[in-house]
Amino acid sequence: MFDISPAEWTAILLSLRVAVVATLVATPFGIALAWLLARREFWGKSILDALVHLPLVLPPVVTGYLLLLTFGRRGLVGAWLADNLGIVFAFRWTGAALACGIMSFPLLVRPIRLSIEAIDRRLEQASSTLGAAPWQVFATVTLPLALPGVLAGMVLGFAKAIGEFGATITFVSNIPGETQTISSAIYSLIQTPDGDTAAGRLVLISIVIAMGALIASEWFARRATKRLHGN
Amino acid sequence: MLRVDVTKQLGEFSLEASFESQGRVTGLFGASGAGKTSLINMIAGLLRPDRGIIALDGETLDDTAKGVHVPPHRRRIGYVFQDARLFPHLDVRQNLDYGRRMNGLAEDSSQHARITDLLDIGGLLDRRPGQLSGGERQRVALGRALLSKPRLLLMDEPLGSLDEGRKEEILPYLVRLRDEGIPMVYVSHDAAELRQLATQIVMLKRGRVTALGGVKVLT
Repeated sequence: MFDISPAEWTAILLSLRVAVVATLVATPFGIALAWLLARREFWGKSILDALVHLPLVLPPVVTGYLLLLTFGRRGLVGAWLADNLGIVFAFRWTGAALACGIMSFPLLVRPIRLSIEAIDRRLEQASSTLGAAPWQVFATVTLPLALPGVLAGMVLGFAKAIGEFGATITFVSNIPGETQTISSAIYSLIQTPDGDTAAGRLVLISIVIAMGALIASEWFARRATKRLHGN
Repeated sequence: MLRVDVTKQLGEFSLEASFESQGRVTGLFGASGAGKTSLINMIAGLLRPDRGIIALDGETLDDTAKGVHVPPHRRRIGYVFQDARLFPHLDVRQNLDYGRRMNGLAEDSSQHARITDLLDIGGLLDRRPGQLSGGERQRVALGRALLSKPRLLLMDEPLGSLDEGRKEEILPYLVRLRDEGIPMVYVSHDAAELRQLATQIVMLKRGRVTALGGVKVLT
């Protein structure tokens, strides 16, 4: 049962790579958006908020198809990126990372936004009276105090990214060694006769990763509260 | 010299205050809700006046007619809040050093030593704000503001959140500070406190200045 085959290892490692890259690239954007949503009032804020959450409620296959239309080789953005920067998403692991990044984005942004909203703005005022310019206030007060929320968001986003299936398979298909993640490997295995044991192994691994991520996220959230109370 | 001539509408409440202060410690006196905090928030630059002028030592900080508003971080005005507002993620040493770092000032260990001595906070340097008593927190907040080398120090009821015993503990430090000669605007609703500290009084009532002068106006 615990004899993991090379093909399965490939899928596991690819999943990890896709999820790590997706999370790391999405995090700066997530922080910027969370800050914008938590701290600024502007026209179209509710539309932006809805847009961020859209992948959460849209059928994943729709998101995947939209990605294919936009970032596919003949897509508007995809063609430009391929011609000018040599970046190709279609049917590559980078495309899987893009799909996972977008699908996990709402889960990444939410804890960061909540932790920024929980920061006492009077501390930021104190910081500015001590001579900190707005970017310094952000770097030395807002971000450090929101850090546990950022980590919680990253862990949740990572967990979501590693389990993403619908959008990924629609956008970049299910190519072993290139775009076949744990989820799509399970999907293939349960359609193959005798694939049950292998599928079971991958299912177990998914559960372990997801549980680990949830526990870690909870731990970061608890640290956040402690940090804000100054102990 | 501080010159303030501002109006500000805050919901139902209207603030209209005009005064000049020459004194070393200007006491802003009034009941709660008189507009004292809004007024010093404007001096600090945290709140923008609807109309008017704020100038310090000849430098215009706010002039609504000319569209001038110097942001708080460029005013070099220290602010000690009623609730200390120490940064919970930094220890006392880092809190004290914060203003120096933000202003890009060189390290000044003699100044640091002098202020930690003056406020008796040398023994607290490695603690986190959560491990300090109310009085200790307020002393650290004072030190933090002073070490940013402000040209004016604003204090909003710095003893307000402390019980009687603690007030007695802090008051001598404030007197020492006054005698150091740094100009201060000191907000309080406690006449006794101001009698001990202030050299000039601005009396505020429901958003208007009702009396100006020496500590005698407190009677």
